Amino acid sequence: MDPFLLEALLNGVLLGGVFALPVLGLNLIFGVVDVIWLCYAELVMVGMYAVWFLYTQAGWPLFLAFAICLPLVALLGGLLHVLVVKPLLSAPPINQVLATGGVLFVLQGAATLIFSTDFRSLGVEMPPIELGEVFVSGTKLAAFIAALVGAAVLWAFLKFTYVGTAIRAIARDREVMPLMGVDPRRIYLIASAAGGALAGLAACLLVVQLDVHPFVGLSFGPITFMICVMGGLGNMLGGFLAAFLMGLIVSVGGFYGSTDLSYVVAFLFFILVMFFRPRGLFTR
Amino acid sequence: MTPRAPRGMSGLTLPILLLAALACVPLLSPPDYLMHVLITVLLTALAGTGWALMGRFRLVSFGHGAFLGIGAYVMGLLWNYYDISPWLGVPIGVAAAVAAGLLLGYPCFQFRVVGHYFALVTLAAGEIVRILIVALRDITGGSLGMTPHQAPPGEAFAAMQFGKAGFWWIALAAWAAGLLAWRLLDRSMASKALAAIAEDEDAAASIGIRVTREKLMVTALSCALAALAGALTGQYRMYLNPESLAGLGISLQIVFGAIAGGMFSIIGPTIGALITIGLEESLRIAFGTQFTGAAALVYGILLVLFMIFLPRGIAGLLERPPRASTGRKAPAKGTVPAAQPPG
Repeated sequence: MDPFLLEALLNGVLLGGVFALPVLGLNLIFGVVDVIWLCYAELVMVGMYAVWFLYTQAGWPLFLAFAICLPLVALLGGLLHVLVVKPLLSAPPINQVLATGGVLFVLQGAATLIFSTDFRSLGVEMPPIELGEVFVSGTKLAAFIAALVGAAVLWAFLKFTYVGTAIRAIARDREVMPLMGVDPRRIYLIASAAGGALAGLAACLLVVQLDVHPFVGLSFGPITFMICVMGGLGNMLGGFLAAFLMGLIVSVGGFYGSTDLSYVVAFLFFILVMFFRPRGLFTR
Repeated sequence: MTPRAPRGMSGLTLPILLLAALACVPLLSPPDYLMHVLITVLLTALAGTGWALMGRFRLVSFGHGAFLGIGAYVMGLLWNYYDISPWLGVPIGVAAAVAAGLLLGYPCFQFRVVGHYFALVTLAAGEIVRILIVALRDITGGSLGMTPHQAPPGEAFAAMQFGKAGFWWIALAAWAAGLLAWRLLDRSMASKALAAIAEDEDAAASIGIRVTREKLMVTALSCALAALAGALTGQYRMYLNPESLAGLGISLQIVFGAIAGGMFSIIGPTIGALITIGLEESLRIAFGTQFTGAAALVYGILLVLFMIFLPRGIAGLLERPPRASTGRKAPAKGTVPAAQPPG
């Protein structure tokens, strides 16, 4: 096999791991609260700025900056739920989506005001790792492993804790769960904060690979929404698999053509999936 | 005498008088800056009107930027590479955008992609157009944008390159055409059919409404207005840029303007354009260019507040009392509660 193609495939898998975290977070929120956070990628952007600021400006150690980023974005997710989503819980879905779209503008505007539109780089790079014939970026591999760990922690949380069980139950049946003594408002808040924490983790993994600027969310936000829908909104496993599929399409498409055009192929693929499998690729 | 006649008369004289008054604005020789703002308001209002034309029937598109971009870039490329005047290029650009809209709309409506899914499919389509413009940088100038060639002296008219006054009249005519399209649609059976479809697609189909056809018709009209706005904006600024004419950012701004003004009223998107452009400009004057993010920040807060407290927009606030008393238009409006709070 052509080593360059092999490298593209490998990079696709690694890219899929990066897509997977925001996809899981969005799916968690959609499955539980039944709302699409249009500003999800912008929460990731806030986390990226937090890490960048603490590490390069305040001079903190990187792992400490990471450790702050997670709860910070989780808090932001909780705030977003309380301030914006909660008053709109009984409104038509499109109003909810547009309100979170307003938050998208707020976060982009705030980032522009505070940090200007300059591209900020963390300047951290791990040496490439040789795997047989191919070289893999150490940073990407580390991010991939962290993403898998994050996904595993989420899975364990949903599977083995009481709150996790309640979250899964409420995602399955919104009407009955309140009768079983589960307070949906609390579960909504917890799910939103957990979704925020996943955005925070995604921010830690992305900030070592991408430069931060106020519009960085637009570069991976749209594709994460598409991955979610392709996997079936609210379907965690489907979203996880679809993330790797999209990662492979983008990476291998970039190998045969250009990166720009590989995104066009990925988006076209998404549109076709919507026509033929509108409930997602992996629905039973 | 039918009860419709006096309504129709009074319904037409006021807009015509208003239009005539607006057409006289350049004769007062207002400052260039004011003219610039007013032209921008009209073109933004046209794009918003196009979006709301379908948005109010629950066909919420997050990709209307794409049609602005197609209109503008087709026109600009024809002028720069083939010397085809924008007088011809604008209609061709509009036709191209309508074709693209139908190409996307037909399978969407056939396969019944609705709600969230429709919004996300249009979002993907909008991004595809933006990325294509960026990727074809050898032709389009990519992210750096593109400048239409300056016409040789004496041929400015043939190249649709005017000063502020000339463009004011063009923008005014285009905006009036947009409102006319809205009004004609509202008075036709199609608007009743679309309202029924928005309410319940299956029920509408069962009483013989051709769902796909009606949706395609309103989509084509909506894309045409958006593309007209995009092409004229590009021609007016003499600068085309993929970020300001395609992609998610501009698509959401169109949506915000229309929602803030009120997407269920003919004048709503225009009110929205006045608000958004007025806000942007006054913030720019108040804070200068170093606070470029302030406009987006205030926008976003307002959008959230509008969604929570005023989902029918400002026009909805102004219009409710008379609408409730006159019965004629109430059914068509009332049956599209896409942005209405329950209860």
